[in-house]
Amino acid sequence: MTPTHENPSHPTLTLTVNGKTHSFLLGEGSHEVPPSHTLAQTLRERLGLTGTKISCDHGACGCCTVLMDGKAVLSCMLLTVECEGKEITTIEGLGNPVTGAIDPLQQSFIDHTAFQCGFCTPGIIMSAKALLNENPSSTRDEVKEALSGNFCRCITHYHVLDAVMAAAQKGGK
Amino acid sequence: MKEYRFIGKPTPRKDALDIVTGRTKFINDLTIPNMLYGKVLRSPLPHALIKSIDTAEAMRLPGVKAVHTYKDVPDWMGGLPLHVRVLDNKVRYVGDAVALIAAETEDIGEDALRLIKVEYEPLPAVYDVEEAMQPGAPQLYEQFPGNILPQGIPAFGPHSLQEVVIGDVEKGREEADFIVEGTYAYENIPNPLPPESPGVIAAWEGTDTLTVWSASQGPHMIKVSLQRRMGSINLHSIGNPVGASYGSKYMSWQYVLPAAALAKATGRPVKFCYGRSEHLAAFTVRLGSRIHGKVGMKKNGDVTFLSGDWLVNTGAFSETSQAMVAVGCGEAQLMLRCPNWSLKPKVVCTNRTASGQIRGFGGQELKCALLPLLTMAMEKAGIDPVDFFKRNYVKPGDGYYWRDGNWWVCRGTDYTKAIEQGAGTFGWKDKWKGWLKPTSVKGVKQRGVGVGVHGNADVGEDVSEAYVRLDPNGTATIYSGLAEHGTGQRSNICKMVAEILQLPLDRVSVTPNDSRVNPYEMGPVGSRGTYAIGSAVIAAAEDAKRQLFELIAPKFKVKAEDLETEDGMVYVKGKAGTKIPWIKAMGYDRTVMGRGRFEPDFALPNFMMIFTEVEVDTETGKVDLIRVVGATDVGQIIDPPGITNQLNGCLGSAGIDTALFEETVIDTRLGRIMNPNMIDYKWRTFSELPEMEHVILETPFPSHRFHAVGVGEIATAPGPSAVLMAVSNAIGVRIHDYPLTPDKVLSALGKITTAKRRAK
Repeated sequence: MTPTHENPSHPTLTLTVNGKTHSFLLGEGSHEVPPSHTLAQTLRERLGLTGTKISCDHGACGCCTVLMDGKAVLSCMLLTVECEGKEITTIEGLGNPVTGAIDPLQQSFIDHTAFQCGFCTPGIIMSAKALLNENPSSTRDEVKEALSGNFCRCITHYHVLDAVMAAAQKGGK
Repeated sequence: MKEYRFIGKPTPRKDALDIVTGRTKFINDLTIPNMLYGKVLRSPLPHALIKSIDTAEAMRLPGVKAVHTYKDVPDWMGGLPLHVRVLDNKVRYVGDAVALIAAETEDIGEDALRLIKVEYEPLPAVYDVEEAMQPGAPQLYEQFPGNILPQGIPAFGPHSLQEVVIGDVEKGREEADFIVEGTYAYENIPNPLPPESPGVIAAWEGTDTLTVWSASQGPHMIKVSLQRRMGSINLHSIGNPVGASYGSKYMSWQYVLPAAALAKATGRPVKFCYGRSEHLAAFTVRLGSRIHGKVGMKKNGDVTFLSGDWLVNTGAFSETSQAMVAVGCGEAQLMLRCPNWSLKPKVVCTNRTASGQIRGFGGQELKCALLPLLTMAMEKAGIDPVDFFKRNYVKPGDGYYWRDGNWWVCRGTDYTKAIEQGAGTFGWKDKWKGWLKPTSVKGVKQRGVGVGVHGNADVGEDVSEAYVRLDPNGTATIYSGLAEHGTGQRSNICKMVAEILQLPLDRVSVTPNDSRVNPYEMGPVGSRGTYAIGSAVIAAAEDAKRQLFELIAPKFKVKAEDLETEDGMVYVKGKAGTKIPWIKAMGYDRTVMGRGRFEPDFALPNFMMIFTEVEVDTETGKVDLIRVVGATDVGQIIDPPGITNQLNGCLGSAGIDTALFEETVIDTRLGRIMNPNMIDYKWRTFSELPEMEHVILETPFPSHRFHAVGVGEIATAPGPSAVLMAVSNAIGVRIHDYPLTPDKVLSALGKITTAKRRAK
């Protein structure tokens, strides 16, 4: 295949998602990424990474949270074209890619039944992961603050806090 | 208490790994080859006739495959009785469906919506439940004069409960020491707001077979209820994991029928998922509930009569409101031992988005309006509300009319102990200072406490069927149409079967939720998961075990009842040293299929009491929820983290917070919902959590295999009225206009002169 970036009539976009680099043609065609695509749309519709959820589509609920260069961002509020060259991690990219073992934070969510319907869970885990990356020994109040942009309507907050704190005390690793 | 291997022990949810890794496929995560996307053009007007509609330009847009208007959409109906077309030549609320489009992409569908030209003839609109009943009020449906919907719910039988009329109200009036009367309402029509909006994929095979994938809470009932309305087709319903529902996604015709129509028109699968604003503005909200009522009480707290009109605003249509009224009427009796009743409901249509079923199912809506009236009487009698509820909550031997119109006598638990222990844990005796008296005052911060109660005799409602298949390799498969909507119930039925068959939990699984595979299942509604669904599954497992033993008994030369099984091995009781695996006993070429069925039983009410402590800032009017204690008795906990999750849910899903800040705001000049997004619709965040504790007693319930009853659904219902009581006590002034936003609190304190008039 001809490297597309050599063709000026087909602008391309490079994204690194879960350690894998993808080049997309920009455009309105069915296999291209439209300039109007949000990162959440590209992840879900082009890469099949449906673990990233769209709920409010408005930057209010945190269900679409992914990591960009290690920081939590709302993928429904970012245009994919803004993410050129960035390293994106989604819920599917947590854990050990070699062994397939899940991240200790994910295990802690299982151990504490820190979900009910589970729809908002990927976003909550990604927000918590970003916090623990930055501050592995976060306090409960810091966890609450870091998750204050994550909607959970079943009210699993209490179990989530227990799960994140248990992971935090293990150093968030 | 009996020690179980799995029941009552915390075990990981069977779906846990998929949930935490993002592998769980919710409806909008699915795509089917050749699939189109459905979009709905929605009315900008609250009430209007469609004079003309021109779809030619939309049809010409490349990628548009079908457009439906009222002129050509199949004549399928929703509502009870059937009164709502998929598309009509009249719109009845802002957000009502005007046209349907199927397109190759969502973007093309959105663009095409803008190309449809509609000319409307506006009609006057009505939003208030009592204005809607006045002579000369705008009429939503010709067949419902006064906008009053007919009574009767065929699914509840020929005598379904329509009102509570018992004894002699006149006599009750004479016996009363105090009589109070007033009008109270719970009309902020909050949205349960599950994070996943409703969605469906519909695909036809030929003209008579429709497959529906959906996020329904009751997927089997899509088959049962909708295939009849579509001309006796064969409907296959496949249920996906539900990104929560709280009851709301049980009602499915509004999204299934449009998708099915478009799929039929195009001959291709069509996905239709509500957008978030569409969900908030044009899907279902709670019932509007208003009571003009009178209550008589004796000095000792005995209620001598309750009379009143219960006016229920169902918005643009009703599919379940009459059923919710029936259940609400039953639940009022569970809360109140009263010999003389005359509670007369009316279900009324108005020009706003429809009300539908939500956790609390009529009972929460009724109670939130009824409790302020009752507390006025309690105040006059000087009765502590905890004592009042203890005295009045239904006890074994007490009777009540339930939704089927029959008189049932309670055979359940006496919840007095749960009330007492809940009050003890909360510290009620210390914190309760009397009516309209704050618990503490520190500068501008005043604290108060309040309590609410709720119960439902629905733990044994409706029919469930299940099969359990045993395979020779020592595994069991449960055939059940139970949807997983967040409670963990699909895992819990595995625990029940593992317990009966003494199999490791990982050897028990549930079939995919497919109506072609599984028998009848009403679904996990009310609190019926543990008792009704659980009992059907348990019966199937017991039946399978019995068949297995009958098959094997001759090999051991014993009777079937002398056998025992553990971890896929069979042995004679008392001779655990000699075990043979199922495969040796059954052969590799055989399966055993047990069947179970649960028949309804309304004699088993559950119970939930919520204690709340609030702190009011008398300078700003802001109310903070400080502490919540829940109290219940569930007989036997099935899954400890599961039940605390469920009970913590009392805050969300249009629960306690509907007393504090949750509301759907309608601009009655335009008929529009002003806050159809998750910034303007308020919800509780991680940084504002109250202290939360639950007292969960386990007094063995008389009639379940594991002596358990469900309780999850009712967690929300006692909360809002408890908060109202707590705020009134904190500020020393009665306040009852849900939600208690700062403007209303300051107005009640006389610090501002007018609170904003709110739309009803």
